[in-house]
Amino acid sequence: MTAEGMPLQRGHELMIEKSRPGRIGADLPRSDVPSVSDLPQHLLRDDLPLPELSQLEAVRHFTRLSQLNYAIDTTFFPLGSCTMKYNPRVHEEIARLAGFADLHPLTDDEDAQGAIRVLYDLQDYLAALAGLDAVSLTPAAGAQGELTGILVTRAYHESRGEGETRKRIVIPDSAHGTNPATAAMAGYTVTEVPSDADGDVDVAALAGLLGPDVAAFMLTLPNTLGIFESGILEIARLVHECGALLYLDGANMNALVGRVAPGSLGFDIMHFNLHKTFSTPHGGGGPGAGPVAVRADLAQFLPGPLANRAEGGNYYLIEPENSIGALSAFYGNFGVALRAYAYIRTLGAEGLHAISENAVINANYLRARLKDAYEVPYNRITMHEALITGRRQKRFGVKTLDIAKRLLDYGYYAPTVYFPLVVEEAMLIEPTESESKEAIDAFCDAMLAIAREAETDPELVRSAPHSTPVRRLDEATAARKPILHW
Amino acid sequence: MTTDSQIPDDLLYSTEHEWLRVEGGRATVGITDHAQDQLGDIVYIDLPKAGLAVSFMAKFAEIESVKVASEVFAPASGEVVEVNPALEDSPELVNKDPYGEGWLVVLRLTDAAEADKLLSPAAYRELVNKELGEHQ
Repeated sequence: MTAEGMPLQRGHELMIEKSRPGRIGADLPRSDVPSVSDLPQHLLRDDLPLPELSQLEAVRHFTRLSQLNYAIDTTFFPLGSCTMKYNPRVHEEIARLAGFADLHPLTDDEDAQGAIRVLYDLQDYLAALAGLDAVSLTPAAGAQGELTGILVTRAYHESRGEGETRKRIVIPDSAHGTNPATAAMAGYTVTEVPSDADGDVDVAALAGLLGPDVAAFMLTLPNTLGIFESGILEIARLVHECGALLYLDGANMNALVGRVAPGSLGFDIMHFNLHKTFSTPHGGGGPGAGPVAVRADLAQFLPGPLANRAEGGNYYLIEPENSIGALSAFYGNFGVALRAYAYIRTLGAEGLHAISENAVINANYLRARLKDAYEVPYNRITMHEALITGRRQKRFGVKTLDIAKRLLDYGYYAPTVYFPLVVEEAMLIEPTESESKEAIDAFCDAMLAIAREAETDPELVRSAPHSTPVRRLDEATAARKPILHW
Repeated sequence: MTTDSQIPDDLLYSTEHEWLRVEGGRATVGITDHAQDQLGDIVYIDLPKAGLAVSFMAKFAEIESVKVASEVFAPASGEVVEVNPALEDSPELVNKDPYGEGWLVVLRLTDAAEADKLLSPAAYRELVNKELGEHQ
């Protein structure tokens, strides 16, 4: 079977292909608005090339598309570094309560006490989980949280008269691509520090790269190899010794939440991903939230508004004194913050403690089941995600990309592949605490079956997927010669 | 694991997987077969314009594949005098023929002694095999 010329399954045509001239979804009355005749000729047109369908056809089209989705609601979704956990339905109920959903963003503080209290309490909870002192909820995503953190870093150094001398940010070679992008956006140059043979930051190399021109060291913990940096306390000491700040990319907080407060390890600034750790909807381009927590002396630089509480108990909004400026309109993605608040209140401290425990146990169980069939680049206990590689399968001519495609045939979304970049043929698998042993076993069975297929029938894996509405897509041609319209 | 990539005997190599073919005061530059294999299908190449001055092991181009975006470093100092015009429409030439039609630029060399800092074919083969052996 080849990818080229493979017809879409019946019923999966595009709307424009289903269109029939004259078919309509609603019978509109004749317009009683007088037509305008003095518009310039070149602005007039007769055609409106939109698909013409009945309502039922449109409903079926979109319902069918929704059924083609891979989603956490239909199947295990093992994307590493993304924490695709279950989003409890009660959050949706709460977010739709009229008192929240219908509140106008320009409502006076005194008439929005409940909503501001949610913000205030959430700031408080996140600060406690971070082990830091102040939180801004306004950044709208993880990458924006990073940018906030680094702009706060810049404001801090400028306030000390070192804005001109500290122009460099140090980042490990295993970091998310957003880290160097953030540093560059904020006007810094980036220096990369290598990982050592065990997957930790090479502390000796880091020591050599730090100096009076360094503004910050950005670190993900556990790092993207799934490893808790064993040298973290020494790293914090070295970073602070040279006058730089230690930034935590909080993408992997699911391994730590409720157990390790990053502030206690020496981190000065961090961002959370509410859409990862705190179970708010994730993916599909929907709203995220990347709250930023900082130590007390950096609170003056945070983006506002921040929620505050007066002596008498009234809640109100304030702008920090030396704020870097607004990161989003109004209060960030309030509905997302509300869901995270509900999640934290539902679980309580004990429940949050159990999240990271179960996430780590699940990842290690998964890794133990796969480590004989797939090479593991670092043979040590992992945190919340398991890193394996397709190097052994590559010898049979089967690449990691092929394994990922074959997983679709088994009904699973593929894990993160070819990341982290420092590991050849990488697959990063994060089961989260949401999955049962049975679900993880079923996924591992599929992975083990694919490993066998790679040896006995490599062509079956190389030509996968075989059961999806469209087969192997030609990604290279799509990227080289994109067709952006029909 | 040892590499089965092509490593021609008549070229010099950088530790960042570029090759250099010196002809008089000029040199043709590209990326190695091993590099294109690691990158996967190349979809876009951001090349400099003729006239740009480049210095030894400074970034001068960027290659984007379906997997990753990667920087290309100049294996010699000099001035870019020619840029491969075919790559704008057909970046896949680097995958198909990295040492031939997939060349990137021609440099007018300014420091002939720099060639001593590059790797021989044997030394480059050793580097590739060492990199393949890591993370076992």
